[in-house]
Amino acid sequence: MAEQGEYWRWSETSWEDSTVDWRGASAVTAGVDVGSVSSQAVLLADGRLLSFFSTRTGSSSPDSALRAFRGAGEPLGLTMDDVGYCVGTGYGRVNVPFAQRTITEIACHARGANFMAGPSVRTILDMGGQDCKVIRCDERGKVLNFIMNDKCAAGTGRGMEVIADVLSVPIEEIGRRSFEIDDEPPPVSNVCTVFAKSEATALLRAGWSVERVLAAYCAAMAQRVAGLIERMQVEREFFITGGIGKNVGVTRRIEQLIGVEAIKLPTGTVLDPQIAGALGAALFAHSLYRKESRDS
Amino acid sequence: MIANYGYEDGSGFYYITIDGQACAACADRACVAACPRRVYAVEADDYDDLVAIVVEDARKRLRELCAECKGQNGDGGAKHTLPCTSACLAGALRHSW
Repeated sequence: MAEQGEYWRWSETSWEDSTVDWRGASAVTAGVDVGSVSSQAVLLADGRLLSFFSTRTGSSSPDSALRAFRGAGEPLGLTMDDVGYCVGTGYGRVNVPFAQRTITEIACHARGANFMAGPSVRTILDMGGQDCKVIRCDERGKVLNFIMNDKCAAGTGRGMEVIADVLSVPIEEIGRRSFEIDDEPPPVSNVCTVFAKSEATALLRAGWSVERVLAAYCAAMAQRVAGLIERMQVEREFFITGGIGKNVGVTRRIEQLIGVEAIKLPTGTVLDPQIAGALGAALFAHSLYRKESRDS
Repeated sequence: MIANYGYEDGSGFYYITIDGQACAACADRACVAACPRRVYAVEADDYDDLVAIVVEDARKRLRELCAECKGQNGDGGAKHTLPCTSACLAGALRHSW
């Protein structure tokens, strides 16, 4: 729940499967994704999902990595000493002090998406806190081609946080409310986070409803991202990861623009598109642990 | 793996594409020495193949860093050949602009 004046504040999420006897597993592996806006940790027991935690990234990447790991491990009574292998990923991956290896978030999102949405996934859109990536992969989740844009915050989670605050709308309501309109407005002309802020204020002054401004901003963000997807040529199946993957106001408009529907996770699933990177890292950690055990 | 390094901004689309499969088969990696602005390096990718990459510091400055070489190729220059793409005998390098 957003506190007064903190409409950007999204809920931290956690989940653990307390029915799994991780002490009986041959290995617990961890993936830690330190992004520019959020950090996640995922724990696996013999390759099976054990727990995850998603939190906001603070000013120190090592502290954020540790907080994410503790959030996933502590409810199960699991500490760093219980982890056989850890892979760090994301923008702050080199600052995960307890990781044995770092792997780019590009490879980790592809592997995580393959696990979450299945081997038919060929195109992944990762809409992160401060960048946006389009990834093409094979049936094993191995990256074949990728493109990213992290030059500005337009079309990213950070941009959406700014709009949430400007319009005083809790960030988790933006997607739904952006459809509470009579007709689809033209996209705002500036997706640039700084200029979009002043444009949104000007539209409100001109008599637009908050919902109409939200629709115009979501449409502009979708339009910008769709351009990047089209450069890579979308191949089915298509899946969206990252925090913005939970904003239907953006994802549905992207689907309309590219003419391809994204795979939806089943209702009631514990999986969250925001943990795809950390999940992929944990899966890499599982493979690397097994490889090192075989080699030693 | 085909990697597209670079960015899009209000002025254009600036990406260097490296075909990792073609690049991994090349022993010379002459692109690294050919670039006067040290845009390239050789690193193991996520799947442990040794390939050329665009270094982190250069990824958001390609338009500026490559301007010197591209400028030489204007108006009767070297017919749009760049030191990096000329040095890449594997044909693994491509500029988008």
